[in-house]
Amino acid sequence: MPEYTGNAGGDVAAGTCRPCSRPGLVLGRAAGLRRQASAFAARVVLFSAAAASSAAVLFILGFILRDALPFFKLRGFSEFLTSVKWFPSRSPPEFGALAIIAGSAIVTACAAAFAVPLGISAAVCMSEVLPFRTRQAVKPVIEILAAIPSVAYGFFALVVLAPFLQDNGGTALSAAVWVAGGPVAAIACVAAGGAASSLLPSRAGRAARWPLAGLFAAAAFIALRELSSAAEDLEISSGTNALNVSLILGIMALPTVVSVSEDALQAVGRDLREGSYALGATRAETVVKVVIPAASSGLVAAVMLGIMRAAGETMVVWMASGNSAKVPSPIYNLLEPIRTLTATIAGDMGEADHVTGSARYHALFAMAAGLLLVSFACNVASEWVMRRARRKNSGG
Amino acid sequence: MNGRRILLGALVVLLPVCATTGQEAGGRKAKIVVDGSTTVGPIAKAFAEFMMDRDQGVKITVAESGSGNGAKSLINGSCDVAAMSRFMKPEEFKAAVDKGVLPVAHAVAMDGLAVIVHPANPVKALTTAQIADIYTGGVSNWKDLGGPDVKIVIVSRDTNSGTYEAFEELVLRKRKMCEGVEYVGSSGAVRQRVQTTLGAIGYAGLGFVDRTVKALEVDGIAPDRDSVASGRYPVARPLFMFTNGYPKLGSALHSFVTLHLTKKGQEIIEAIGFVPMTDYR
Repeated sequence: MPEYTGNAGGDVAAGTCRPCSRPGLVLGRAAGLRRQASAFAARVVLFSAAAASSAAVLFILGFILRDALPFFKLRGFSEFLTSVKWFPSRSPPEFGALAIIAGSAIVTACAAAFAVPLGISAAVCMSEVLPFRTRQAVKPVIEILAAIPSVAYGFFALVVLAPFLQDNGGTALSAAVWVAGGPVAAIACVAAGGAASSLLPSRAGRAARWPLAGLFAAAAFIALRELSSAAEDLEISSGTNALNVSLILGIMALPTVVSVSEDALQAVGRDLREGSYALGATRAETVVKVVIPAASSGLVAAVMLGIMRAAGETMVVWMASGNSAKVPSPIYNLLEPIRTLTATIAGDMGEADHVTGSARYHALFAMAAGLLLVSFACNVASEWVMRRARRKNSGG
Repeated sequence: MNGRRILLGALVVLLPVCATTGQEAGGRKAKIVVDGSTTVGPIAKAFAEFMMDRDQGVKITVAESGSGNGAKSLINGSCDVAAMSRFMKPEEFKAAVDKGVLPVAHAVAMDGLAVIVHPANPVKALTTAQIADIYTGGVSNWKDLGGPDVKIVIVSRDTNSGTYEAFEELVLRKRKMCEGVEYVGSSGAVRQRVQTTLGAIGYAGLGFVDRTVKALEVDGIAPDRDSVASGRYPVARPLFMFTNGYPKLGSALHSFVTLHLTKKGQEIIEAIGFVPMTDYR
């Protein structure tokens, strides 16, 4: 029977050394041994490198859970998850983390709402619209955003952005309404005009398309003007608030989102694009209906990475979120200070009693465990989405 | 935080190692371990730096793990000096005596807290009761205190700091801070927030008060060195270092915990924003 020797590492683990005798390649016994030994060594090195990083994750998980579980033994779950009273240093202490969990959720969601549309549009622009040369210049510039240390972002948020919001908050917000709302409204009006006109009989519809779009545009203009004058009247008494950190976290998450989604869009094959053009699709149709769906798994990964970047950020929120353990009222009021899980862990660790292991100390680990579980869930979810998209794309 | 402590400790240990390549001046060899309050920490670190610079054989490590942990370390025998921003509690004394440790208090400095507002705020003076009302949420607009119609932005140090502890004890007297209080991580950040925010009120050690903010009179007394040292200014407290028994005269430990009585020690204390216990001038 033919002996299988193609795989150099084939049977090393069992300790048997077969002479490597590929057809046409004859090695002496010593050379064969040397080759197998070096293959074995390489396998050991690579395996231990891979094992070390997964072991690190397991150890982190283990140690955090070891210090988090005593908290729930001491205080139970219900206070931690349902109360908004966070007074860890009082006697008796109160450990209601709901407001802090809400704070983390609010800033993460708002940062994502800022970074995801902007980041994906920027990636589409770079990948599909800009010429190759320009893209090569623009991408590193965006990636520089990721190289700025977070304490520098925090300092900017505290020293520049917070006073700016206090002094010119209303004006800035009303300008933001126009800058963000304008383009969105323009696209929506054209699309709505097209959709409405297609409801009419075909000839009348063709004629009515642009007048209808104009009608929608006029309505949108009035709505935006109302919104911006409402924003103009807002008084921001404190600039260290949820809006401030959401903006900064959004900017910090931006390079991750742009870079990963741009790579995903680039990875979509030329054949797909050319097939789409060959069928008579326009560039917009190709991008929206072919390239983006084909790249969706990568885009999901980009969004997840961006969200986790924002959720895990500590320094910026510790410096510029105001750190009030309070649920904003109403909950969408971004102009109130909030407190996040990460900032609480960083800020409270110093005086937390780790010699005897007080509830205050373990409460912080309970928060860390919560964060870890959320990011784990995010990872699993994005993995699932990516796998599903891959199966669909491969025509299964 | 362990990482930070180890790093700090390593730095403090490594500094003299780098410096002692020549012969050892003074000839005194000793190792002092300080643990405890994050408020007293800067004093201990400045003292350690000065001592190690003067006596090349002395090695001092300073860890900042909180007053409570400092007391525990002294009781366990894992440190020589417990830096504490409060006096030892009766139960800590009891635990210490049970273990054969006799804590001796050395009051090294006074910590006076100035209550600061934006310079454009016309309010000049408040009573401790009014300040407590602001921080507990009873008063939320400056117009109720004789100021303009501006919402009060309440700024506090984080609950982790000794400064917070002192303020809570001396002004709030067991009442809870309200939910809307903004917490910041350093006294410099308190000043930064107050100097840029019209409606803000905050508190910080005397050393952090400069012309960009206005320090209020509290109960009619302006905060300054004399009013704090004499005990007239109400928002002030002593800071302590505890040792096991009174240290042997002439030992490095003795000169460490009595450094605050020397002219140099008082200059150091003043330079980092605290008030010396005695007047060297």
